[in-house]
Parts: sequence; C-alpha cells; structure tokens
Amino acid sequence: MGSKYDVLVIGGGNAALCAAISARRGGASVLVLEGAPKFYRGGNTRHTRNMRCAHDAATEILTGPYTEEEFWEDLLRVTGGQTDEVLARHMIRESKDILNWIVQQGVRWQPSLGGTLSLGRTNSFFLGGGRAMLNALYLTAERLGVDVEYDAEVTDLVIEDGMFLAARLKRPINGETEIRATSLVAAAGGFEANIEWLKQYWGEAADNFLIRGTPYNRGSILKMLLDKGVQEVGDPTQCHAVAIDARAPKFDGGIITRHDSVVFGIVVNRHSQRFYDEGEDIWPKRYAIWGRLVAAQPDQIAYIIFDSTVVTSFMPTLFPPIAGQTIAELAGKLGLDPAALEKTIAEFNAAVRPGTFDHTILDDCLTEGIAPPKTHWARRIETPPYLAYPVRPGITFTYLGTRVNKEARMQMADGKPSANMFAAGEIMAGNVLGKGYAAGMGMTIGSVFGRIAGREAAKHARN
Amino acid sequence: MHGTRILDEADRLMTVCNSCRYCEGLCAVFPAMEMRRAFSDGDLNYLANLCHSCGACYVDCQFSPPHEFNVNVPKTLAVARAESYAAYAWPQALSGAFARNGLVISIIAALSMAVFIFAFAALNDRSVLFGVHTGPGAFYKLMPHNAMAALFSAAFLFAILALVMSVRAFWRDIGTPIGGRADGGSIFQAIRDAGELRYLHGGGVGCYNEDDKPTDRRKLFHHLTFYGFLLCFAATSVATLYHYLLGREAPYPWWDPPVVLGTLGGIGLVVGPIGLFAAKSRRAPELLDENRYGMDVGFIAMLFLTGFTGMLLLLLRETAAMGPLLALHLGAVFALFITMPYGKFVHGIYRFAALVRYAQERRSEAGS
Repeated sequence: MGSKYDVLVIGGGNAALCAAISARRGGASVLVLEGAPKFYRGGNTRHTRNMRCAHDAATEILTGPYTEEEFWEDLLRVTGGQTDEVLARHMIRESKDILNWIVQQGVRWQPSLGGTLSLGRTNSFFLGGGRAMLNALYLTAERLGVDVEYDAEVTDLVIEDGMFLAARLKRPINGETEIRATSLVAAAGGFEANIEWLKQYWGEAADNFLIRGTPYNRGSILKMLLDKGVQEVGDPTQCHAVAIDARAPKFDGGIITRHDSVVFGIVVNRHSQRFYDEGEDIWPKRYAIWGRLVAAQPDQIAYIIFDSTVVTSFMPTLFPPIAGQTIAELAGKLGLDPAALEKTIAEFNAAVRPGTFDHTILDDCLTEGIAPPKTHWARRIETPPYLAYPVRPGITFTYLGTRVNKEARMQMADGKPSANMFAAGEIMAGNVLGKGYAAGMGMTIGSVFGRIAGREAAKHARN
Repeated sequence: MHGTRILDEADRLMTVCNSCRYCEGLCAVFPAMEMRRAFSDGDLNYLANLCHSCGACYVDCQFSPPHEFNVNVPKTLAVARAESYAAYAWPQALSGAFARNGLVISIIAALSMAVFIFAFAALNDRSVLFGVHTGPGAFYKLMPHNAMAALFSAAFLFAILALVMSVRAFWRDIGTPIGGRADGGSIFQAIRDAGELRYLHGGGVGCYNEDDKPTDRRKLFHHLTFYGFLLCFAATSVATLYHYLLGREAPYPWWDPPVVLGTLGGIGLVVGPIGLFAAKSRRAPELLDENRYGMDVGFIAMLFLTGFTGMLLLLLRETAAMGPLLALHLGAVFALFITMPYGKFVHGIYRFAALVRYAQERRSEAGS
C-alpha cells in the first residue's frame, strides 16, 4: 500500500497484456492484477490459437490478402449487422498494424495448423498456441518493468462521477489493500464461468453447461462497472457456445473437447429424436450454433451418431467414441431407448437419397420425407460398429459488456465518456460483436483495443 | 494397452495432443504424431527418440500440470526414450545395464583405468613407468603399439556391432513398411537436422531448462561436446593413418594435424560436458527424468574424463607423469568404447535413426 500507479490493468489475458505493454511503452508505470494463479493466467487467451487481421498482401504465413473491406463484410455477415460500424471499421484498420506490433512484443507466428486450411489466408496462428503467445507477452511486459500480481482478486472499485480512483484488492496472504491509479484499463473478460449469473438468463439448464475456459472468468469486474454507472452493451443472454464432449471436465477443457463429426452423422436428443439439420452448411460456418441447439434439448444433452465408415473423416478426438455392434447395443450404452433409436435411424436411412458425397462442398447427398431434413452429406448409417459422442453445451464467452468509444474509453450510462476508465477484450467485445462469431475475432478485439486502451490510459496519466 | 506403463502414458498424451495440435510448429514430434491416429509401441518409441527435450511444449501447453489433463510430453518421452534404449539393446542379456547405468558406467570406468595402471605397473619397469620419454614411439615404450591397436580395435568393433544390432531392432520397430531402407535424401536431411540440432530450438523461441524463460544454452554445449568428440575421433583416425601409411609414430609435435585436432576436440570435450552437467543440475524437476540422472551424468562424466585426461597427457607428456596419465587416458577411452552401446551414447544413434524416418515420412507425405 502507498504506491500509486499511472495505469492499473485488471485482467491477465491478451487484451490486458497488450494494454500493459502499450501503456508502459507510453511511459507509464503499470500494475497488472490477474485474479487467477500464475498457471491459469490469461483467461480464455490460454485456449486461443490465432488472430484475424486484415492485410493487403500474402505474408510468410498467410496465403493471400485479406482486405479491410472483406474483413468488414465477414463481420457484417456473422453479426447480422449487429455491430458498431465506426468502432468495427476502426478496429479492422488497426488490425493491420497489429500483425507487426504483436511480433515486436515477442509473439511468433506460424502457418495455419493441420486441419485448419480454411483459415490459412485470413488468420495468423501463434507458434505454440495461445499460452505460448501469453508467455511471450508476459516476458516482454516484465522486461519492460510492468508489475504483475497473481491471485489478485479485486473486490471493489472506487468510482466517482465516472472517474476511477482506486481498486480494493484481496491478496491471498497480505489481506485487503487499496491500489490507487490515475487510469484504469478493465480487461477482465466476461462472466461465462459464473453459473449463477448464467442462470439469470438460462434457468436451471445452466447447471448442465460445461465451461471451456478457466473457472476464473466470473465477470466480477464487469458487474462492478455496470453497477457503478458504466453503460452496458450487447445482449446479456448471448454467449458463444459449441457442442463439446459431455465427458469433458466442468471447466477448462479447452479446444480439445470439441467435436467436428456432426456433418458426418446425425444428432439425436435423449428421446432419440433428431432436432436440427446436421448438413445445413459447412462445419466452420455452423459449429457455433450447436451449443445453443443442445442447450435447448431436454437435460441439455445430445448424441452425435455415425458409423465406422467415417471415423477417419474428422480430427482425432480426446475421448474415444462409444461403440456398439448393433444400434440397440449402442443405445443401451448411451442410456437411450433402443427401439426409439432404431426407429430414428431406420427412418433416416430410408430417407437418404443417392448422391455424390463430398464434405468439402455443399454436396447433393440429402434426405427426403423426414423432418428435420439433412440437406447435405446425408449417408446411411449402416456399417457396424455404430459409434456415438455424447455432447453438451460448451460455453466459450459471453457478449454482455461495457460500451466504449474509439479510444477504448468507457461510456457512462448517461452518455458521457469516462474521464479515466478504459476497457479492452472480451469485456467490451459486444461493441463489435452483437452476435455471432468468426474464428480469431476475439483476439483481434483484445489486441487492437488493448493496445489502444493502454496508449490512451498512459496519455491520460501523463497529462 | 502397451507393453509398459510409460508407453500407455505416452499413448494417452499423444491422443490429447493429436486433438489439439497447437505445438505442431515447435519440433518434429508433433507433425510426426499428426500422421497417425493410433500409436503402436514402435510409433511411441519413434516419437520418444525424435524428441530433443527442448521443453517448449511443456511451457506452451494449456494442459500441463497442475491442469487435470496432466500433459507433460518432455518428461514422459524422456522416460519412454530411456526405456527404449534397454528394450532394443543387443545382446538383450546386457539390457539390464541401463537400469542402474550410472553405477555400471562408473564401475567399468574405474576398473578399466585401474587395469591399465596395474598392467602398466606390472608389465613395465618402475623406471619406465615413471620415466621421461620423448620423441616418436614414446607412448609405445609403455604399451606396444600393436597391443594398443588390437585391444582398442576389438573394443571399438564390439561397440559397433552392438550398436548396429540395437538400431536395427529399433529401425524395424519404427519403420513401415517393415525393414524399409533409408534413401540418400532422407539420410542427408537427417545429417543436417542432427548436425545443427534443428529441433533443440523450441520452434525458434529457444529451449527451456530451469524456468519458463527460453534462455537455455544446452544447444551450444551439446555442439561443443559433439564436435569435440568428432574432432578427437578424427585426430585418432589421422594418427592411425600416419602410423600405418607413413610410418610416423606418436607423439606428434603440437602443429601436426592429430595434435591440433585432438587439442581443439579436447577443449570441446572439457567445456561442453561441464556446461551440459551444469544445465542438467539446474533442470526443472518437472522436465527431468530423475531416474536416468545416473545415465545422463555417467555419459557426461565419461566424455569429460576422456577430454580432460587427454588434455593433461598433451600438456605433461614430456614429464614423468606421462606414464600414469597415459594409463588413465587409455582406461577412460577404453571404458567409453565398451560402454557406448549400454549408456547415454546411444541417444545420438536412435535419434539420428528417428530423424531419418521423419525425413522419409515428410518426403512421402509431400510426394503423395
């Protein structure tokens, strides 16, 4: 206690570290408070692997140009227009320089990973993944003289008339203390790991959600800011949710619990009923709707069912498929009614029309006469062993956030900009992403607005 | 299920890693893993020997301990690698030498040095052993050249035979199709990869040893050790050619190639092992196969002893200490030779074979 920092950064992921480095490079003294222990530092950044940045020409690791305009069109499409155009275009413009800036902070790129060729032109991958990226940012921040505290739980923020004064901090050993700073950068993520908060919108179903990131993404800073008069942005009921293996741990299963096999089979609920067109569109465009689809099913569970002919068509999985020599045996292992599952599969098989299978395009393999239909890649499930993956909703992140302007400066509920509070990363992603998602955008938002927030926070502190 | 617990664990990890793949840019292990969906014992031993223990995948992994997935690839592969040395050892009756390798190596080293000293003392007059000998043939006053050549050739040939038989078993186990021959291009690629320690580099960031900072210098010390060893080997080979082709007998003057090569190599063999030992002592316990500490240090010590006694012999060869030092040096070299197939030396052979296999796989993938 006693020392006062120019810039206090709350959070420890990509956005927080970009803010800390940028503020420090801007001449400010900086303290980073990360609520998680050192191993779990970085929130969802731990589990990321790439970033989407605009670029006018191919690079060593990117296969071709991805213009600002094309990025904007992609964003417009995935959000269905629910975005702040001024802010989004500003972010896209700034993303071009981030490709170089982030390398100057020690992060290394590599070409797109095996099995992700569709992202090779648009997304830059971190060598060694998100944790490697974080490690590089932390090493750079520490080398520059940024102070970092782990297990640093912020219990309250002292804010008067939109002006940040201090943060109350509970340290694991030295107890309560107060940290004063001239500027605040809030980069502490969303509330996806806060089941009680999720229940406000999802009811008891949220008990059956699995959280893909660490248990530390509780949204406590977001809640404090909204309670103290910061304007909110984004739909609180929206979250990025995918179908992940039901055998995954409650928290932090990361990317490896995902399943890419939906398009190769059918998906049934616990009553052995299909409930959505598994072949609606190519998987990279549809994987992010399946979390919500499964969340709407009884007990929030579903089963991807396929046969032995397709097991090598998708990435190897962490958990092996559950197998049965007959449909009835498989149903028994899954706890489903054998007769009901046999009937569903028999009806599906009977509805499959002949076609030429090609999973890389919207092919002509479809069903007729069943509801819902499977409009592409429909093939009979008839070659034992029959296989299944149980899946549950896996929550990646939430969309509710704090409203900011182009300077990453928080806007108060009365419409005035805050004097000294800035936000970056998931906590303000809702400004740009009203709904939907395209791979790598979360990291773009984090790095671009982190860098801006740090710069502006330092500028404010020095004036 | 595999033959051993460590292979079961390696299989579990490769299943985790194969569904993640974030580390594929770090080294050869992960791209090789991605070419497979299931892993035989041979596959896992191949991956284990392909791993250079740079530690980057541990520091970069979101699932390393304390995460419940408990992914520790460097340590698991280090244990599997060491167990593979015993599994492929020839003759199998001697594979037990790997179990308590530090003890075995030190006993053999002590015995052979003692035997040389004892034999020198028993077979030579005291005045010869502690006499000052100079000029061509000085060494052979203590031990006839033909005896020396015969003894060391026998030890060396046995080592070569045992190594060839061991690596043949390894190659058959990791290769598909069975018994596949290595092509010249793949061998050349493997020589380059091994020669520059391409995969001891963390994918470009650097390697990890004692903490989460990529400040590791093992690559440098390994280069000093390895190229030091090669220079010493070259010195001995040139000297042998001198002896038989030109009739020139050792010791040679300081400017003569055998001495120049031996001196440079000896410096590498002294400095390199010291650096490697220091790194080994500081290595983070979570990356270290502590049960093989004896094997690792035993080999480092043998290389150091060889270099150190050789350098002493060079410096003091015109004094009365020459006799005892020659005995020590010959004892150290003899012990190094006969323990080669049953100690850490084999890591280079297996890793090279794994690199050849990897180069083959890359070529056939690019060609398909």
